[in-house]
Amino acid sequence: MSAGDPGTPGTPAAPGPPGPAGPAGGRLLLADIDEPGLSTREVYERRGGYESLRRALEMEPEGVLGQIEASVLRGRGGAGFQMGKKISFLPKGPIEKYLVCNADESEPGTFKDRELMQKSPHMLIEGIVIASYAAGVGRAFIYIRGEYVWQAEVLEGALREAREAGYIGERVLGSSHSLSLVLHRGAGAYICGEETGLLDSLEGKRGNPRLKPPFPAIQGLYQGPTLINNVETLATVPAIVRMGGEEYAHLGTETSTGTKLVSISGHVRRPGNYEIELGTPSREIIYGLAGGPGEGREVKCWFPGGSSAPVLTADDLDTPYDFDSMARAGSMLGSGAIIVVDDTTPIVDVALKVARFYRHESCGKCTPCREGTNWTVKMLERIKAGEATAQDLDVIASAQTNIIGHCLCVLGDAMAMPIGSIVEKFRGELERTIEEAGRIGGGANAPDLTTPAVTGRGALLAEQTRATESAHA
Amino acid sequence: MNGARPSGPVDFDKPPAGIPDPATTAVPAELREEIEGLMSLYPDRRSAALPALAAAQRRHGWCSPEAIEQVACVMRVTPAELDAVVTFYDMLEREPVGRCAIYVCTNISCSLRGADALYEAVREAAGEDPEFNVRAFECLGACDIAPMASVGGVYVGPLELEDVGRLLQDVRARGPVLPEKQLARRLVADPRANSREFPEHAIQEER
Repeated sequence: MSAGDPGTPGTPAAPGPPGPAGPAGGRLLLADIDEPGLSTREVYERRGGYESLRRALEMEPEGVLGQIEASVLRGRGGAGFQMGKKISFLPKGPIEKYLVCNADESEPGTFKDRELMQKSPHMLIEGIVIASYAAGVGRAFIYIRGEYVWQAEVLEGALREAREAGYIGERVLGSSHSLSLVLHRGAGAYICGEETGLLDSLEGKRGNPRLKPPFPAIQGLYQGPTLINNVETLATVPAIVRMGGEEYAHLGTETSTGTKLVSISGHVRRPGNYEIELGTPSREIIYGLAGGPGEGREVKCWFPGGSSAPVLTADDLDTPYDFDSMARAGSMLGSGAIIVVDDTTPIVDVALKVARFYRHESCGKCTPCREGTNWTVKMLERIKAGEATAQDLDVIASAQTNIIGHCLCVLGDAMAMPIGSIVEKFRGELERTIEEAGRIGGGANAPDLTTPAVTGRGALLAEQTRATESAHA
Repeated sequence: MNGARPSGPVDFDKPPAGIPDPATTAVPAELREEIEGLMSLYPDRRSAALPALAAAQRRHGWCSPEAIEQVACVMRVTPAELDAVVTFYDMLEREPVGRCAIYVCTNISCSLRGADALYEAVREAAGEDPEFNVRAFECLGACDIAPMASVGGVYVGPLELEDVGRLLQDVRARGPVLPEKQLARRLVADPRANSREFPEHAIQEER
């Protein structure tokens, strides 16, 4: 493995000419993100930080919302729902409303919010204050995963500075808008990244998802209307106010506007975070930016949006990386985390790793998810142990379709989608694995293939009858 | 995470524990103050459960029955309510553990780069040393430095098997852990993000 290879042709280490969107090659979120001291208010302000907030406060909240709507910014956490629409769903009027920033980044392969929070926390805070103004919210929380110890400390420091400077608190910068903003630390649970699981966790309970509808915009935290957005989504808001929503919408494609942080990991030479314009060909990201797999290796499959996304293969590399193209290719953009698996890795290992994760993280509330994740793991383990038959692949596939859409939240789907796609796209390899694993150890573990497999209730009854008869004989 | 079963026989005649009586429950003043401060941050005091339990764990080393009793006393909830919370979250410990938590990420991205062997090596090297709490952990959000580990909250990687000895040594010495491999100091991967060259960031000190 080579985590830190120097650059290859096509990806100059030195910055290129300013892109159409401004400095730093069109980077909005990552522009000069490593500037020393950027996590302090002083440096952030020197670079024009909190100017967008000032500009927003000069507008009416509806005007700010109009800019966000015009940007067509889609949520960067996974679902890709338009942020402007989400805000417009909140009931108007003087009710206690909440904003929750989802910083529970725990989708395997995703580490973009971490980079933002650690290096540019004020950008997130500014985005939250602007969004709260647009949504008429007076209380906001950042729910950060417990594992992000350093990032939480950086954010706490930035929050202190922002309070001192009057960006948060009573009458922000002398305006009529007031906001309290509290950092809340989780304690290790993937499901708390699911918006309703997060709300229960924030209320001090087990992070069990809730039934939807009602959606959080109507009934969320403490039963009040709640706007929940991902870190990257909120951190983009200052750029939208600065550029103007329509200008922002010129970036990317028509339905996937703007730039997106992509976390690339797995079998690539330069794993890490990259900011791309949505619609960039996937090959350019995986090979151009991240350097592709090591010498002599090929891409076997890749998860385009975290481990919950159905896998794509080398055939899909020319697909543009945006929400709709990924959906058309049968997968999803998800959180923007690309995990690359090269041709040296047995696909059964990938499937087992993914399935075990979701089994561990299932909250256990809904049966299809709790049992489905558990039995999928058991069946995949049987393949590895040489105890499976090719028909087991059908059972695995049908278990996946029986999970999808049958639970309160999408955690079960998040296993079923990649596992289903792996069984479908790599059936040949899985069958070979079953055969080879069965032969190992002289076939001691191999199932008896001479008798027909038991299918259905009739066969079961026949089996019982035979057993009873032989007992009487 | 699917719930916990009691370890011994269950006494069904035993009445459920109520909210602990402040008159008979000794709570360290510092802990009480911290939890009260946390409760004041939220419209509903129950929201402070996770940070309050984390605070108690920092003090007691784990979420012992005594620790839970103290949190329950200050928060005015039953120990069972908090117990339900503790059993749900991976970072809240239900048994006494070593001082320094070493979470080795063994999720997909790290395992593609050798995390399973790394975890075995760390576990073996740490042995029964009560100083360490070695665990295989789900994705820690640092796949750019895979395979990696969180050592007392400090992210280090990419780790080689040869790093394991020094990692444990650094923890024992209570100094900075593998300074040259800390995530905190790394620059962003995107070569066009920074318009000029910046120095690496400072490392995290021992915690």
